[in-house]
Amino acid sequence: MPLELYLDLHSQPCRSVFLFAQINKIPFEFKAVDLSAGEQYGEEFGKVSIIRKVPVLKDGDFILTESIAILQYLAAKHRTPDHWYPADLQKRARVDEFLSWQHTNIRTHGSKVFWFRGVVPAVTGAPVSKEKMDAAVEDLNASLKTFEDKFLQSRPFIIGDKISLADLVAIVEIMQPVGTGLDVFQGRPVLSAWRDRVKKELGVEVFDEAHKVIMNVDTLPQTFEKKGLPEF
Amino acid sequence: MVRTCEAQTRLSKLFQKMSLEMYLDLFSQPCRSVYIFAKKNDIQFDYKKISLFEGYQYSEEYGKINLLRKAPAIKDGDFCLAESVAIMLYLAEKFHTPDHWYPADLQKRARVNEYLSWQHSAIRIHGSKMLWFKLLIPKALGVEIPKEKIDNAVEDLNASLNLFEEKFLQDRPFIVGDQISLADLVAIVEIMQPVGAGMDVFENRPNLKAWKDRVRAEIGVELFDEAHQAILCAQESVKTMDPKRMEHFKPIILRYFLS
Repeated sequence: MPLELYLDLHSQPCRSVFLFAQINKIPFEFKAVDLSAGEQYGEEFGKVSIIRKVPVLKDGDFILTESIAILQYLAAKHRTPDHWYPADLQKRARVDEFLSWQHTNIRTHGSKVFWFRGVVPAVTGAPVSKEKMDAAVEDLNASLKTFEDKFLQSRPFIIGDKISLADLVAIVEIMQPVGTGLDVFQGRPVLSAWRDRVKKELGVEVFDEAHKVIMNVDTLPQTFEKKGLPEF
Repeated sequence: MVRTCEAQTRLSKLFQKMSLEMYLDLFSQPCRSVYIFAKKNDIQFDYKKISLFEGYQYSEEYGKINLLRKAPAIKDGDFCLAESVAIMLYLAEKFHTPDHWYPADLQKRARVNEYLSWQHSAIRIHGSKMLWFKLLIPKALGVEIPKEKIDNAVEDLNASLNLFEEKFLQDRPFIVGDQISLADLVAIVEIMQPVGAGMDVFENRPNLKAWKDRVRAEIGVELFDEAHQAILCAQESVKTMDPKRMEHFKPIILRYFLS
């Protein structure tokens, strides 16, 4: 039975899993889940995961949620090149440190800006208040500053000379607000250079393929199954 | 004789330079998990007790240890590391702790990783809020949180606890199966946080309570209670806090809790 990956490429953690599997030539069946239609709340998806989020991995009878766990599982099972999740104690710790920190920082703030700029106005017919928007952008900027000052610094990639899961997870999160017209790379030459390096390492074609659906605000879901709208 | 003494002194200084420092405030859930893990596994460390309420994390000194200005953080020789999950994985590997904490088996390890990832934006967030809403914000700002906000926060926490029981625990003794792992350790310290705020999360949750008792027994009642002493006295200790010394929390409160 082939590996199944339940994905919606609007979702950042789905993109990191998609990219990782593609780059490492891990064969899988792409099981599309339409979040805007609320498919994650359907009966069928409920049999896959009661957490009702994506991505989900189904490897035979083994079902696994959470992109970080999925990436770690695929790296171990398919013995992907060491640099993705190094065996070296300190290098691995640095990857783990970023993977832990990002949940409630870049991920939260990047998501919020994406929703505020790209989806909420179309769905509700009204813009988000300036105060709320400014606060969200301010938080995102603070996260990006921390990313540059602490996690990246003057290194080519987060843990050194080679790309790892940390860069992969970082890039998909940082790309989230970009399609809504907020170019987070503008005025950030170090971040831009890192983005270019990561894109090159991943492969420009597969990177662009993964990011196609969120790169244009006009193509984002204009309606949203009410339950599918996250709360901020 | 003098040469031997000198050699011994050099050795002890070398040992001290190489020792593991852990910067912890046991009011904080992730500090508790790291503390318990190290103690349970007899990992020797230099306990650097810090106070988050007094703002030590904003000091220049602490900035050299952890630029993220959060706790816990460790300094192992020259190697500084933040984030409790990363710290425990590092310690588990470095000190070769028993396999059940972070099993080598692919699928068991994945289950631990799955929980450690999920909990950040679920139990951790909702559990943390209760302490802020019920104790810290009223003290720091002199305001009571509106009932609706508290009710919503309780609802969110209950939803997380429901998922914890239905998906992560089910009818197993521990999250991954028969043995305790880092998942249970991280879960318990987070679930104890709202208890410190005066909320009995175990009421009407017999399965959760039984799990908690199992976890407490596995960790060791003495160690568990020692680690949780500060948070379980939170209601009393917050009463004696000086609101004027909590100024540094105001921007955080206004942005994240009252917006």
